[in-house]
Formats: sequence, C-alpha cells, structure tokens
Amino acid sequence: MEHTILEMKGITKEFPGVKALNAVDFRIVRGEIMALLGENGAGKSTLMKILTGVYPKTQGLIIYEGREVSFNGTKDSQASGIAIIHQELNLISQLTMGENIFLGREPVNAVRKIDSRALYKESEALLKRLGVTEDPHTITGELSIGKQQMVEIAKALSLDAKIIIMDEPTDALTDTETENLFRVMRELKAEGRSLVYISHRLKEIFEVCDYATVLRDGEFVAEHAVSDLTEDKIIELMVGRKLTEQFPRIESKLGECVLEVKHLSNEYVKDVSFTLRKGQIVGIAGLMGAGRTELAKTIYGAISKQSGEIFIDGKPVEIKSPQQGIKAGISYVSEDRKGNGLILGLSVRENMTLSALKSFSNSVGTISNAQEEVVSKDYVKKMSIRTPGINQLVKNLSGGNQQKVSITKSLMTKPKIFILDEPTRGVDVGAKKEIYDIINNFKKEGMSIIMISSEIPEILGMSDRILVMHEGKITGELDRDHATQESIMKCAVGANGGEDK
Amino acid sequence: MRTLLQKDKLMKYKSIIALILFSVIVTIINPSFLSLSNILNVLRQTSMNAIIAAGMTFVILTGGIDLSVGSILGLAGAVAAAMITRGQNVFVVLIAALLIGAAIGALNGVVISKGKVQAFIATLAMMTLVRGYILVFTDGKPIGIEASKNADIFTSIGSGYILGIPIPIYITALVFIIAYYILKHTRFGRYVYAMGGNEEATKLSGINVDRVKIYVYALSGALAALAGIIVTARLSSAQPQAGAGYELDAIAAVVLGGTSLSGGIGNIFGTIVGALIIGILNNALNLMDVSSYYQLLAKGLVILIAVLLDRKNK
Repeated sequence: MEHTILEMKGITKEFPGVKALNAVDFRIVRGEIMALLGENGAGKSTLMKILTGVYPKTQGLIIYEGREVSFNGTKDSQASGIAIIHQELNLISQLTMGENIFLGREPVNAVRKIDSRALYKESEALLKRLGVTEDPHTITGELSIGKQQMVEIAKALSLDAKIIIMDEPTDALTDTETENLFRVMRELKAEGRSLVYISHRLKEIFEVCDYATVLRDGEFVAEHAVSDLTEDKIIELMVGRKLTEQFPRIESKLGECVLEVKHLSNEYVKDVSFTLRKGQIVGIAGLMGAGRTELAKTIYGAISKQSGEIFIDGKPVEIKSPQQGIKAGISYVSEDRKGNGLILGLSVRENMTLSALKSFSNSVGTISNAQEEVVSKDYVKKMSIRTPGINQLVKNLSGGNQQKVSITKSLMTKPKIFILDEPTRGVDVGAKKEIYDIINNFKKEGMSIIMISSEIPEILGMSDRILVMHEGKITGELDRDHATQESIMKCAVGANGGEDK
Repeated sequence: MRTLLQKDKLMKYKSIIALILFSVIVTIINPSFLSLSNILNVLRQTSMNAIIAAGMTFVILTGGIDLSVGSILGLAGAVAAAMITRGQNVFVVLIAALLIGAAIGALNGVVISKGKVQAFIATLAMMTLVRGYILVFTDGKPIGIEASKNADIFTSIGSGYILGIPIPIYITALVFIIAYYILKHTRFGRYVYAMGGNEEATKLSGINVDRVKIYVYALSGALAALAGIIVTARLSSAQPQAGAGYELDAIAAVVLGGTSLSGGIGNIFGTIVGALIIGILNNALNLMDVSSYYQLLAKGLVILIAVLLDRKNK
C-alpha cells in the first residue's frame, strides 16, 4: 500500500543570477526509501535544504501529512519530525561523541544540570545500533571521518524523526560501516519511517532504495520504482540531454608536449600520470571529492606532492609554492572564486593585477598607476567584463564577470599552462558561452589548458582529451571522439573498474 | 541616489568631522585649547602614539595584531640610552635601536607565519619576554643620559625645535607620508590589503604571504623603536616601564580611524585622526584638571562610544 507522506510541488529556487531549481516535483513515500539522484549541481542538496527550511523557496508548495508547511530552518523541521544528515559534517570536534549527539537537546535533571549518565547511556545505545563500538566519551575529533559520519547519523536517529534525509552519508564510510548503515536503514523502514537517500554510488541505490527520483539541471526528470530501473538507465536519466551549440570547439594544431606528470601522489591524489600538449585542452571530469582540485593545486604548487615528477617542456621541475608555479609558466583559476579566487573587498583593477604586480612596478616596488590603469581597462574591454569601471569593487559584480576578473588575474602572468577549475560554476548561460570563447581563444594562441568541470556536456564540448578521476585516481582516459556522457559517468562512479585506459 | 552619495561621502569623512566637532567642544569649554603652544603640545604628545599606530595600521590591515610594541619601545629606548652613556655616536645609536625593533618585529612575523601561532598569542608572549629582558638589562633602574658626551644631540630628537615646531612632529609627519606612499603606491602596500581581505586567495595568487607578514611586523617593531628613541630623548632617560600599555592606545587609534580589526579595510589617514582624537582627549582632560583616575574612565568611554557608532553606521 503506497502512501505519500510529504510532497513538494513546483519548487523553484532562484539564487542571484542562477535558477537552481525550476518547478521541481518530489515526494517521499511513507515507510519506504526514496533515492534522490542527479549529477553535481542538479539541485539535490538545494531541494533538501528547501525542504528543511535552510533556504527559502522562491515558488512552490510543500505538503506534509496533508497540510501545507513552511519550515524556518532545521530546528523547525526537526520539531515536526524531519531530520537531515548533511553532506558536510556539523560536529564540534572538541566535544565527545555523546555530547555531539545530544548537542542543544541535552537531558537535564530538576535543577537544569546536564544528566550525563542518561546522555551517555542513550548515546551508547544509539551507537551500538549502528555497530559503532567506541566509547561515547571519546572526543569526536579523534575519530576517523567515517566514524564521525556515524555520530552524525546517530544524532539524526536520536531525534526519533518520521522522515530522515541522508545526503551522501556513505562517502567516507568503510564497507562494514556502510553495511551497518543499510541494516539500520532497513530497520527504520520496518518501523514505518520514511527515508530520502542521496548518493553517487548507484550500486547502493539498488541495495536499499525502493524508489528513485532523478533531477537534472534543476529540473525533475523522472520518478521510478527501483525495481524498474537498471544502472545504465539511471545514468541515461541523469545525463540525458543533448549537446547544444554552445561549445564551438575549434581545431588547433597540436604542438609538442608541454606538461608531463608522472606518478604524482600525495594525500589526495594517487599515482596520477598524464601529458598535455601545446594548444590542447585536457578536460578532467569526476564527481565532487574525486581529487580534481587537489590534483590541480598539486601541479600549481599550492599542495605539496609526496612522490612523482613533473616535466615542463621536457625538463624536470620542482614546484613548491604558487610563486614557483607561476614562474614555471603555470596559472590556476580557483573553483571557489569567492573563497580563494578573488579578494572581494578590492577593486577590479587591484584583483586583475595582483598576480602580475611585478610587471607594473619598478625595482623598489612602486606601482605605475598609469600603466596599471591602461592595461586594466584594456582587459576589461578584451574580456568584455561588464563593470562601471576598473575601480569598482569586485564584490559588486555578477558571478560571470567576477569569473572573468579571476581568469584575467591568471592570464596576466602570461602562463603557458592554464588550469581552469570549474570555470563556469555559478555563472549564467550567457556568460558561460563567453567564457568558452575566451578559453578557445587561449587554445588558438597556443596555450595548453587543463579544464576541470563537473558538467559533463562542458567537458565533452570543450576538451580534446578527457581524463576522469575517482577517489584520487585517474579511472578513465578517453579520446574525445569515443567519449560519451555515459562512459564518463561510468568512470566517475568507479563502475568501470579503472580499466578504460 | 544623491542623498546616498552624500551619505557615502559623509561616511568617508566622518572621523575627521568627529575630530573637528570634538575640538570645537573642547575649545568652547576651555578656549586656551586653541593657543598655538597648546596645539603644538598636543601634536608632540600625540606623536609617539601616532608613530606606533602607523605601524599597527599595517599589522591590523593584514588581519593581525601586535601587542609587543610597548615593550619594543621600552627596549629600544633602554638600549639607546645605554649606548649614549657609553659615548656612542648618535647616528649609530639610532640605527642600532631601529634595527633591534625591526629584528624583534621580524621574529614576531616568523613565529606567526612559519610557526602558525595566532598573532595575539605570539606578540603577547613577545611583549612579556621583551619587558622581562628590559628589567634584566636595566636591573630595574632608569638609565639617565644627561651627563653623557653626545646627550645634547640625542635629547634634541625629543625636545628640540626647528622653526618653532617640535622635532617629533616632523618625524611623525615623515612617517605618515612614507606610510601613505607605501600603502597606496607600492606592491607591498597592495599585498597588505590583499592579505587582509583574503589570505588564501592572496597565497593562491602567487604572493609570498609569509614574507609580507614578516615585513609588516618588522615595520611595526621598527616604528615602535622609533617612538622609544623619541620618548627616551624627551625624558633624557630610559625608564624600565616605558611604553607599558602603549599597544592599547595604538590599537585604539587605528580602530577609531576606521580600520577593521578583521583586516583588509582601512587607511593610514584614519589612523592620524584616531591618534589625534585620543591626544586631544588626554589634553582636554588635563586642561580641565580632571584627575587621572577619571581620565582613564573618560578615555575608555569615548573609545567605546566611537566604535559603537561606527558599527551602527555599517
């Protein structure tokens, strides 16, 4: 007997400049496990944040147990019996496991003193149910990430919620931990609770879920019973869109090998080798946390390598800092332009010239104002950056224009090797096209480009060669004529066994 | 839109407007405030704090803090006095004192950047350590320099006049002109703002942020030493407790001048105004014969109110 406990209807969410969700329908079935699937950026987490009231919705209805509801943050939704385990850990590492589980809801006695005995006794029971044997007095920060995730899950269990949402909980878990989680999920289901399960690991969907809803580009694609689906069918639903004309790939004559990476390894990347030639765009695809940004930062010198070699123009180089990276002819455009790409409180001009300030100043370090102004204005025009002027603060620009400022900053160092990390994230469609044109121009001028992107169509549309990463390793190296959205997705979820090389 | 623009301008000049208003009130209460000799007196008294605050502005713009400036002032003064009593050349004495300040500052910078210690803790430790060393060095007694060979030239740095204006005022003016130039027109100044705005982004932009930090603290130390020279020269002796508590006046001047304690926002011009507000306040309370106990009370209140008003406007 099927019954909907919660329904979201026509949910639309607009962030400044971006439509994250467009009229999405989604439902949670009573006593069943609903999988929520989609690529990075498809809107899964956003949808769940709207459900729990973390984000306000722009449009749409939420009907819970037959009544329209609107929550005001997780505390509010918790009170109504909806618990969420976020993708990011929200634990205080200095507190014990037990203290974290009951944070803000500590059991107290008559004089408001925390009843530690009850707190730890209950924590122990919750953890035991999840198969965690650690003493709940253990300081959370001393646990592995997987165990910390289990604390987060125990916290959600302790809420005794009717609906439990799990946003990629298994990313950091070992196989045994995952098995324990699945067992508990089945138990919760048997108790009549309803679950939402978000994961990139498609195999898990078949193991525990009953239904699956697929989102793509912020829109609802389909809802099916899992028994009607296959892995291939899901991938098709997730990526199934046509490549539009927005990627005007240009042919360029491939030159000699500019960059060669051999057996690069550290904490984040494992034995990565590849080559990049003059006038070539190598796309790096993969899911979040696959180690792509870390690979880029290791090559650029922002993260130190443990072993392996890097050759530029055939000569071995030792790059230990971004300064040395820039000197060696490498430039890196960060994926997180607000967090570590731009300095929002400085002007367009000051951001643009930051990396190349030496070329605008004399030997004692005085900056030539006139020269800086001329060059900045020139780049504003060349990159068609829409700003009232070069002295406008960067924080007042739109995402696309900020991104162009960020690219310009790197460009001014005159790199041979240009690493662009998610160059179109958070950028509207029009500006995307402009950024593709800019990248293609670099290619035409003979620059070698590494483009990291979570958007598979972008990777397919722009790259001459495609690398796919999964858990720090390169699991696929695809020729652009043979790559398809499906083959990339297979490597990205590690479903190809890493044998596509 | 127009009123918005006007408001914007008002915001920009509000510290100087506050300074003028404040001066007018003080003049009404006590007209002798406006006499030339008193104004020069205020400026001279302010100069020490202003010089330290100039260095502190750099530090705070990077998002840091320097609590060791008072102790550095004391040590530089004591070393200068000891060298003068041994008949050293004044020029050599000045260079030595400034280098000591810069070296201790640089050490702060190294501990903070390479040792990854929070600036507050690193400079707090240095404050205590250096003050302790002063006591060891001076045996807890003042070092008088009156009878020494080069004492006259040295003391003129603190108490001499050129064209009727006290020498410390010239030194302060020079410090601020150079500081303005560095912040506004040099690579180093740009990096200071960039680092305070977003250290991670600055690092990823290929800037050696550790080096910028070390330079900034070295500069702060050198300027504290300069203030130490002036204090010692003015008093003709080095006191073991000289400079104690000065770091707080300097931080107050920087913050009153509108520089954000979280870094990246502010300018050196505001710091002059902030130092002057504190200087005038001290002077006015003296003119009004307020007991020194109440002076501290008043100073604390003014700083609190000024900073609260500033927050409200944001």
